[in-house]
Parts: sequence; structure tokens; C-alpha cells
Amino acid sequence: MPDPDWPLALHAVLAARGVTLASYVPDAGHAALIRAAEDDPSMRTVALSTEEEGVALAAGAWIGGGRSVLLMQSSGVGNCLNMLSLIRTGRFPFLTLVTMRGEWGEFNPWQVPMSEATAPAFELMGVQVHRVERAEDAAPTVDAAAASAFEGGSAVAVLLAQRLIGSKSFGEAPK
Amino acid sequence: MSGGMETRLDRRAVVARLLSDRGETVAVSGLGSPSWDVAAPGDHPRNVYLWGAMGGCVAMALGLALARPDVPVLAVTGDGEMMMGVGSLAVVAAQAPANLTIVVLDNGEYGETGAQRAHTAPNAPNRADLAALAAASGIRAARTVTTEAELEALAGEIPTRSAGPVFAAVTVAPGPAPRAAIANALKDMGHGRVRTRLALGLSAT
Repeated sequence: MPDPDWPLALHAVLAARGVTLASYVPDAGHAALIRAAEDDPSMRTVALSTEEEGVALAAGAWIGGGRSVLLMQSSGVGNCLNMLSLIRTGRFPFLTLVTMRGEWGEFNPWQVPMSEATAPAFELMGVQVHRVERAEDAAPTVDAAAASAFEGGSAVAVLLAQRLIGSKSFGEAPK
Repeated sequence: MSGGMETRLDRRAVVARLLSDRGETVAVSGLGSPSWDVAAPGDHPRNVYLWGAMGGCVAMALGLALARPDVPVLAVTGDGEMMMGVGSLAVVAAQAPANLTIVVLDNGEYGETGAQRAHTAPNAPNRADLAALAAASGIRAARTVTTEAELEALAGEIPTRSAGPVFAAVTVAPGPAPRAAIANALKDMGHGRVRTRLALGLSAT
């Protein structure tokens, strides 16, 4: 049985890696992790108006000595592209966790184009991409990505497969 | 110009005044002329210059302000850059960092690219009002600055770390300001980020 508490394991990994700032544009697949971050007095959550703000926020936080993570869904990755120039030009450590839409039982066709472009877009902008398909791989993958980012200075995205998140999380299809 | 009735502030002088009593302030400048404005009074290890990442100045300054509530943080950007990231004003309001001041040098034009008319162009009946946008986004201390006296009051608030979040749209004269010598930190953010971390007592990495 897959572990349904993998989002809580991700929170524990991020906290252990010293992440104190979690910015997000909400996604149902991130809801449990966002809630865990909100419930953690050592972690500050920042609701964004658009995902690229989280890229700039991460760079500013890092200059101030803060470690941060950006939580978004795959559609938001497209919003980030030019802002990732900041990460690459400044060689900032950067960690983002992306819940994938548009790839497994998706009811909304608008999610498909950016879903298919998510990994290539990151790679075009110099961000390493890891992908998680199984619940038991989630925490170790995010831990490795956080190590690459905060110890190695890399820009890293972890894509959380739609199959992992489960279609139930998305609620009712639009009528 | 408003029928020739007013003399608009000079952007270079405005920024020089805001930085002259900066204390421990870290200044984050938005791409284009604001980065030269911030560099002109003298390069400083607590200056962080953007020369790209349009729309990101306020969000970057917010990240710094949240990570270091003990340090005053000043975002200095232009009206075009601000418009591209205008949603970040609501993010700032929700976070309410007392140590963050946002100054927008509003010349009403895209000065970097040929002085095209911007959304805040003066005297247009349908112009965007940045201070009103900031106030409507939830930043209570939002205003337009047009006089030396208002500039003095603003300058006094920046290093206090307790007045924010403050938003000020400073109405400045259009037209180009001379390019100062390009600071290395402006050309190389990889260098700039490290020197500011060191200035804040942090490790380079």
C-alpha cells in the first residue's frame, strides 16, 4: 500500500534541511504539505499571486540566509521561465516541488500543454529535474534535491507525478 | 508635466537622498535605471542590483525582509517593473513585513526602451495610480511622493524597521539619467549575492 502520509514526510524532510520559508500558489496535491507548513511554527508560508514571485522570493531569502521551497503545480512552471534567469545568472540555490497535472486521468485538457512542457522548460532554464512516481520515493528524492540545492548550490525541481497524487485529490470535475 | 505647475523630482537625487541615511539597509533595485540610480551614490555591499528578472524586485526584497527581520530592506524600482509584478503588493500586504519599504520611481514611461508611454503616464484621465493600487492591495502606508518634504519623511522611515510595509510612488521627471560606472555586482549577480551575504554576517554559501 502506498503511504498516504508522504506529504507529511516531505514536510519533515524540508524542516530537517533547514527550510523556513514555503511559498506557494495553491494546488490540491500540495494541500497537505501546505497545511503541515502552516502548522509548523518554525516555517513561514507565503501565498503568492503568481509563481514567478516565488522564484524571486527564494533568491532574496537566500541572500538573507533563509532556505526556502516553492510549491506549485505544473501549469505554474510556465509562469516562472524568465524569472529563472535570476536563479541562473546569480547561481542561487533553488528548490521547487511541482505537482503534475495533465498526465494521468486528467479531466481538464487545459492542463496538458504545460504538463508536457514542464520538465523540458526547467531543463532549458538550467534547473535539474527529478521525478517521483511512487510514494516511498517522495521523501528520499526531496531530501536529495534539498541537499543538491542547499549544500551543492544547484537549482532543482522535483516533479510529483499525477499518479502519485491520485485523481481523488482534485475534487469534482467541472460540470 | 501638470500644466507646467510642478517641478518633478529628479530620480538620481531622490535615490541619493533615500540612501544617504540608510544605516544597515539592504537596497534591492529593479532592472534598468533604478539599478543605476542605486549605484550612482556609490556602490555598496548591501546593494543588490537586478538587471533582468522584470517584475521580481518587490518579491525578492520581500524574501530578504522575511529572512532578516532585523535588517531594513528597501526595494527601489520603476513603474514599468512594478506593473509587471503588481500582484506582489498583495503578497507583501499579507506578510506585513515591518522592515520593508517599497519605492517606485514613477516617470510614467518605459525609459529604457525609447520612452514609450506607460500605464502611469501623467495627465492621462485613465492613468494607473500606483499608490492607490498598493493601498487597494492592503498596504496601508501607501502614498504618492511629489515634494522634498514628503521625500524627507520617507527617508526617515526606511532605516527604522518598524514603519513597514511602506509603499511610496515617487513622481520623478521623465528622461534618461546618465549611466554611472557599472558596478561589478550589477554585471555579476553571482558576485553580488555573495558580497551581500557576507555583509549580513553570513557564510558565502
